[in-house]
Amino acid sequence: MTGGLSPAYRRRHKYRKLKSNCMVGLTVLATVIALVPLFLVLGYLVSKGASSLNWDFFTKMPAPVGQSGGGMANAIVGTFELVGLAGLMGIPIGVGAGIYLVENRGRWLAQLVRFAADVMMGVPSIVIGIFGYAVLVRPLGGFSTLAGAVALAIIMIPLVTRTAEEMILLVPHELREAALALGVPRWRTTVSVIVRAAASGIATGVILAIARVAGETAPLLFTAFGNRFWSTSLTQPISSLTVQVYTYAISPFADWQRQAWAGALVLTAIVLALELGVRWVTRGNVRVAR
Amino acid sequence: MQRSVTKARPRDGFAAAADTVFALGTGLLALSILAILFAVTLMLVVQALPSMRQFGFHFFVSSEWDPGNDQYGALPFIYGTAVSSALALLIAVPLSLGVGLCLTEMAPEWISRRLGFLVELLAAIPSVVYGLWAIFVLGPWLRDHVEPGLGDYLGFLPFFQGPRVAVSMLNAGVVLAIMVLPYIAAVCTDVFRAVPQTNREAALALGATKWEMVRLAVLPYGTSGVIGAIILGLGRALGETIAVAMVIGNRPEISASLFRPSSTLASVIANEFVEATSDLNVAALIELGLVLLLLGVVLNVLARLLVYGATQRRFGSAS
Repeated sequence: MTGGLSPAYRRRHKYRKLKSNCMVGLTVLATVIALVPLFLVLGYLVSKGASSLNWDFFTKMPAPVGQSGGGMANAIVGTFELVGLAGLMGIPIGVGAGIYLVENRGRWLAQLVRFAADVMMGVPSIVIGIFGYAVLVRPLGGFSTLAGAVALAIIMIPLVTRTAEEMILLVPHELREAALALGVPRWRTTVSVIVRAAASGIATGVILAIARVAGETAPLLFTAFGNRFWSTSLTQPISSLTVQVYTYAISPFADWQRQAWAGALVLTAIVLALELGVRWVTRGNVRVAR
Repeated sequence: MQRSVTKARPRDGFAAAADTVFALGTGLLALSILAILFAVTLMLVVQALPSMRQFGFHFFVSSEWDPGNDQYGALPFIYGTAVSSALALLIAVPLSLGVGLCLTEMAPEWISRRLGFLVELLAAIPSVVYGLWAIFVLGPWLRDHVEPGLGDYLGFLPFFQGPRVAVSMLNAGVVLAIMVLPYIAAVCTDVFRAVPQTNREAALALGATKWEMVRLAVLPYGTSGVIGAIILGLGRALGETIAVAMVIGNRPEISASLFRPSSTLASVIANEFVEATSDLNVAALIELGLVLLLLGVVLNVLARLLVYGATQRRFGSAS
């Protein structure tokens, strides 16, 4: 190919080829390095967590300081309770706001709301925790399940809003026109045709948002706080897997640290099961807003 | 057919009212987002007022954080946040660029999809799990295998002096790098994907090698988007709380050495808020939160503008 070219050119060409191959190799290397922590973290979780995982972990309460054994039954239930309550508040607001953003696309108020939702995604979650403390903990006189759930809901809302908006936007415009042309009222068109068509996408986005808040610790520290017993009312503090893992991890007791690994394994399993399940069903077509 | 035509009625009052109610309802839900954002900001400002009145601007330049004497200065935490985030970006940005280029330019589609999925999984792992891993695995490993090397060969630099410890600024920076990498890499990937194919073809047609094509046709086109991605990563790193609080050692000190424990804006709030001794202590911590809020918002807006510009341009050009 390069037969008629000067040796200098050929040398140069070889050098350029080599350099290019080196850079390609570097990008591949970077990708490998980037993924090493994923496998290390998952590997350690399984190896350290699984050995501490037993039936007691799921059914027993935390053991008093100094005693071994016990479990995280209340923390597991607490996480589901907090996330469930947050979903009850956050999902309707998020989906409703998402519908509004699509229906009023282009209006200044819609643009302002979209901007606000994007800004909210940039607010550090610990700040939301402080807010929950200021509006619900201090006035009500104590840490509470309600405050924790509200903090999680606030984190969830912009995620759900932006994902719902994007999913609804994917519905072809002709569907709306067809429904309106048949004389269907506007609101019925939106609810029964547009949102219905986008329902699986919205549900996926909601599940991804739930997975995201289930792993949050910082907003719960000063709101739900934690509880070594069952929480029986919305105005009592409540335990969660994340806060429990945090507390146990920084404790000096080996037994607690072992339980922290087990808790982290369960937490990660829940979060990854939601993420992987959703992606598998949708073949990776839905991403939660960033 | 016949029947449905005879049954069809003109738009009645109920339907019109329902439309109005629906529009108002969704409008209110949308407005609640504005209300929440406003309430969060207002609440933090109001609650931080006692500290602002007491210390004024001095708050940001004083390095004395002494709850015992009710003296509060934010400098150690601003320093800790700046250094840990800078360290995280220093590690994560080159790797993220590599991941972005590998996924868009180098790897075939079927590999790229799977790798992209794995990178996104990194973002799915909860922060407290990273923290736990960093305490018991990453920290001891850095202490035993990385810090001695850095200390021996680069020990003349002030960054790498002092005893080797597991709980350190270095540990916090590395775990932060792992946590922000998937975000930066994902945005970089989007940005490079948005580069028009014709750019690449033009470079290749001129005889460019693969790397020359990347350097001449892809990177210049994506510059603003990559900067946006980095700022987005910075925003994440600043606000990350739990993993950092678990490994940074939480001491309000300013030290050049990365082997020393330190403290960040977010980590000190996580550690001291519940045990705050006085109202002024709480107000000072909330003022730190306000700083975080403003930094987070400004960086996020800036990043989004840059990324939006870089990924939407494709609709204006041939592709």
